[in-house]
Amino acid sequence: MFLFVVRRLFFAVVLLLAVSVFTYLLFALLPTDPAALTCGIHCKPETVLANRIRLGYDKPVLEQYWQFLRGIFVGRDYGLGQTAFSCPAPSLGYSFNQHACVTSLIGETFPVTAFLAIGAFILWMIIGIGVGAIAALNKGKWQDRFATGFAAVGVSLPTFYIGLLVLFSVVIWFQILPFPSYESPLDNFSAFITAMILPWLVLAVLSAASYTRLTRNGMLEAMNEDFVRLGVAKGLRLRVILLRYVMRQALIPIVTIAGLDFAGLLGGAIITESVFSLPGMGRMSIRAVVDSDLPVLVGTTMVAAVFIVAANVIVDIAYGFLDPRVRVSS
Amino acid sequence: MSSEIALQAVDLVKHFPTGSKGILGRPDKNVRAVDGVSFTLRKGKTLGIVGESGCGKSTLARVVTRLIEPTSGNVLLDGVDITKTSGKDLRRLRRQMQMIFQDPVSSLNPRHSVGQIIEMPLRVQGLLDEADSIKRVKELMQLVGLNPEHFNRYPHEFSGGQRQRIGIARSLALNPTVIIADEPVSALDVSVQAQILNLLERLQSDLGLSMIFIAHDLSVVRHIADDVAVMYLGKIVEIGPAQDVYSRPAHPYTKALLSAVPIHDPSERGGTGRIRLVGDVPSPIDPPSGCRFRTRCWKATDLCGAIEPPLQADASGRIVACHFPEETPVTIGKSPE
Amino acid sequence: MTENSVPVLSVQNLRVSFDTQDGTVHAVDGVSFDAYAGETICIVGESGSGKSVMASSIMRLNNSSTATTEGRILVKGLDVLSASEEEVRGIRGSEVAMIFQDPMSALNPYFTVGKQIAEAYVVHHPGASKHEIHDVVLAMMIKVGIPSPEKRIDEYPHQFSGGMRQRIVIAIALINNPKILIADEPTTALDVTVQAQILDLMMSLQKEFGMTIILITHDLGVVAEVAQDVIVMYAGHIVEQSHVDALFHAPTHPYSWGLLGSVASYGDNKRGGLLTISGSPPSLISLPVGCSFHPRCAHSKGEGSVCMTDSPSLRSVGSDGSRSACHLADDVLVSVGRRGFRS
Ligand SMILES: Nc1ncnc2c1ncn2[C@@H]1O[C@H](COP(=O)(O)OP(=O)(O)OP(=O)(O)O)[C@@H](O)[C@H]1O
Ligand SMILES: Nc1ncnc2c1ncn2[C@@H]1O[C@H](COP(=O)(O)OP(=O)(O)OP(=O)(O)O)[C@@H](O)[C@H]1O
Ligand code: SF4
Ligand SMILES: [Mg+2]
Ligand SMILES: [Mg+2]
Repeated sequence: MFLFVVRRLFFAVVLLLAVSVFTYLLFALLPTDPAALTCGIHCKPETVLANRIRLGYDKPVLEQYWQFLRGIFVGRDYGLGQTAFSCPAPSLGYSFNQHACVTSLIGETFPVTAFLAIGAFILWMIIGIGVGAIAALNKGKWQDRFATGFAAVGVSLPTFYIGLLVLFSVVIWFQILPFPSYESPLDNFSAFITAMILPWLVLAVLSAASYTRLTRNGMLEAMNEDFVRLGVAKGLRLRVILLRYVMRQALIPIVTIAGLDFAGLLGGAIITESVFSLPGMGRMSIRAVVDSDLPVLVGTTMVAAVFIVAANVIVDIAYGFLDPRVRVSS
Repeated sequence: MSSEIALQAVDLVKHFPTGSKGILGRPDKNVRAVDGVSFTLRKGKTLGIVGESGCGKSTLARVVTRLIEPTSGNVLLDGVDITKTSGKDLRRLRRQMQMIFQDPVSSLNPRHSVGQIIEMPLRVQGLLDEADSIKRVKELMQLVGLNPEHFNRYPHEFSGGQRQRIGIARSLALNPTVIIADEPVSALDVSVQAQILNLLERLQSDLGLSMIFIAHDLSVVRHIADDVAVMYLGKIVEIGPAQDVYSRPAHPYTKALLSAVPIHDPSERGGTGRIRLVGDVPSPIDPPSGCRFRTRCWKATDLCGAIEPPLQADASGRIVACHFPEETPVTIGKSPE
Repeated sequence: MTENSVPVLSVQNLRVSFDTQDGTVHAVDGVSFDAYAGETICIVGESGSGKSVMASSIMRLNNSSTATTEGRILVKGLDVLSASEEEVRGIRGSEVAMIFQDPMSALNPYFTVGKQIAEAYVVHHPGASKHEIHDVVLAMMIKVGIPSPEKRIDEYPHQFSGGMRQRIVIAIALINNPKILIADEPTTALDVTVQAQILDLMMSLQKEFGMTIILITHDLGVVAEVAQDVIVMYAGHIVEQSHVDALFHAPTHPYSWGLLGSVASYGDNKRGGLLTISGSPPSLISLPVGCSFHPRCAHSKGEGSVCMTDSPSLRSVGSDGSRSACHLADDVLVSVGRRGFRS
């Protein structure tokens, strides 16, 4: 098990390095000149040149990449003399559009994304697994048909469309809630909840659909297992069998997918954040695309990659804990 | 074994890499599935191979037909070493040697009609035109006892026994001289097993086939084989004429294996001289030193742990791999009349 | 079989059918038999003849949403089929226990074997202390022949071989000292040498605990070795019930006769030419009218005869106490004769 974890971690680091090289080179090779974007339309060539040197865009791509990589660990200084400034480690670069270090931009937007992700995730696991379990226990009855329908519809509905629909109906037509305007939960908790409740629900209900399907099918499959029959033959109570035998088995694939989905969300729920105007990382990435703000794009991509790779490692290790067959090799 | 030899295996070895991986993920152990197996198959005869699950019977069959490459060793078909041939020659040699598999369900493509399935080998080898090949298919179906009118039906429309007949017809399509049947009746009901066994026997005598018949059911092998090889953990521990092996087993394992088979006669219940092995078969990844059977053998001594007994003829001419082979003729259960 | 004592298990006119897309499958079609304390009944028959469905009905384990079950199954005076869920749960594992075919899949892969044995004990002994449970489990593991049980009690099923797992399943089945043990092909998935160990174990435990064993198997060798009474099933019916000696020496139903003759027996000389039963089993959705075996029967008297019009009922025939569901059972007895079915 120990060797297994070490090997997984080793590959995770290699993978992250590969992602960083790839992302960095991809953006570096784009035809846009990042330095040209550092000042307005009426820009003097000297300013562009100066900025290019200050940001290091005059160096060969590989060296730029090296600087970037170094910055992550030791921080990075830009320019000389009066105009010099620095982004402390872990530095992911400097955004000239927003005149700020990418790391601090991410630091501002990430909490919003994290709150959105955590809330929605909890809700969707409860809805998804709950509805799936009810469907499995009532196979063939109306509850099952309802859940199967819910899953089929939920999987195919676009978040964008449903998000707007909900926003319009709840906020504009029925005026049940005020227009969402994000506040930090530390400053104003009720405003925070008011702003988050719709995005949580929309994200949760739509994502829950595939979990409903997974739970239902996983449980039905497990109920046909010999060991579940042996559990019944022992005289165990239904509740015990469902929890210890059926759910235990059905949850394993769910954990895998949930881990990856959650990590994906942490990288920025682009559409949901945009529809509900939440100042999260996803919305920032979209704006960065529109503004060709390459440092921010590289930064958010890297952060998303870290989450996804980390989730993979955690899921693999969790798998070992959930399934003794993986953990204990005889 | 004086008669002509159809097929000969010489010191065949097949190891599968396995085990926990180092930091770069290279496996550090081997499953020694087949570990130095030699035998001869006489022309027109049946060699039965018996042994417990995991002893390497299927792997041996796949190596012999070169469905997988041996780690080392040779297979001679009519004196030609098939492990050294390739391309066209190999295809030609393979045509002479066909396999029948255990599972009649999964070895037939459900989307192909029975006609297409049986015809496939003919097509692949490009031997016959359309009309001739339909004629041949019907001939083959007749031969294995299927109604030739059903050549347009699909496998799911047939029962298990009939599907196994389809598999047999397919393997006969290219007029092979050697048939290798890997547990051809294990998945079938007893009453259907009997049909297939009778069919195989009939085909063998009609077509002069040589056959390797693999099974874990000793009674079935007894019924069909001329010679029998007993395998344990990747090795043959005893080989010889079926009559000898069954009535006077020389290797302790053979003896134990035979006495574990329930006898089909309630009046023989609890027969005397029954041997019960303790424990299970050890792992082929890490087999015991010396004689591989010694961990379950009641005759084992230090010698057995130190030196591996070679497969060779003992004083009475029995070919057995044991330091202390059974000497007295023993009769277990009901003696064959 | 002592006729005047009360059976521990009484199955009366059991019918089980399943609703499927193709129609109603009559898996068990009017089965009745009694089992007495301490005896071993073997059930044999072609694949799909309803053996497993019948056996699982005894503990009401069939999937209730598609299965329809009629008849009566009396265990200790309780009609399992009409009892409440709580009442049935009370006998599961304590009065009646079950062993399944595949030891590889019968154990919960997520818990240690010790916990799984303990679980079976605790449901029927709610007040048991931790200490007591541990001792009982350990004692049971020793009884079923698990070497170094103190160490293995905390291991997971995948760390055990097939034979060892089947021993664990047996330990689970016997931990509450049940009156009836139903074993559905308990050794089919095992090697012969291990099969011999497991059968020996079951028989010695039967002596010790005095339970009734109902053993389903395909292997007539196993039947010859352990059975007292044998039930032969065909297409959801019992076609013959006989004492084991009677069955092997003078079967009273043509199907039993075919079954015995088609087995490649170990003692046979090579190439005897096995008897076969021609054709294949009927569809359970639409059984043949009359005797359901008649299309494959060598004795059937053909068109318009009683075989093709009336369904034979199980009745006593011959002098061995056999019961047979063949119109011509007495003729069959005569034509087969003692051991005559062996060529
Ligand atoms: N592709 C493979 N990779 C690794 N190990 C393998 C592979 N194929 C077979 N083995 C192992 O080799 C050994 C021999 O397997 P094989 O299938 O030949 O046994 P067998 O005698 O045919 O058993 P059975 O009676 O169960 O069919 C087993 O331990 C098996 O797990
Ligand atoms: N849940 C189910 N739904 C529909 N049909 C079923 C169901 N369970 C069993 N059957 C059918 O009932 C018949 C009897 O099945 P059963 O499992 O009792 O056979 P068996 O005698 O135990 O066979 P085997 O020897 O192969 O185990 C079969 O035709 C089977 O297909
Ligand atoms: S060599 Fe020794 S251990 Fe092996 S079978 Fe013979 S007596 Fe037993
Ligand atoms: Mg095999
Ligand atoms: Mg069954």
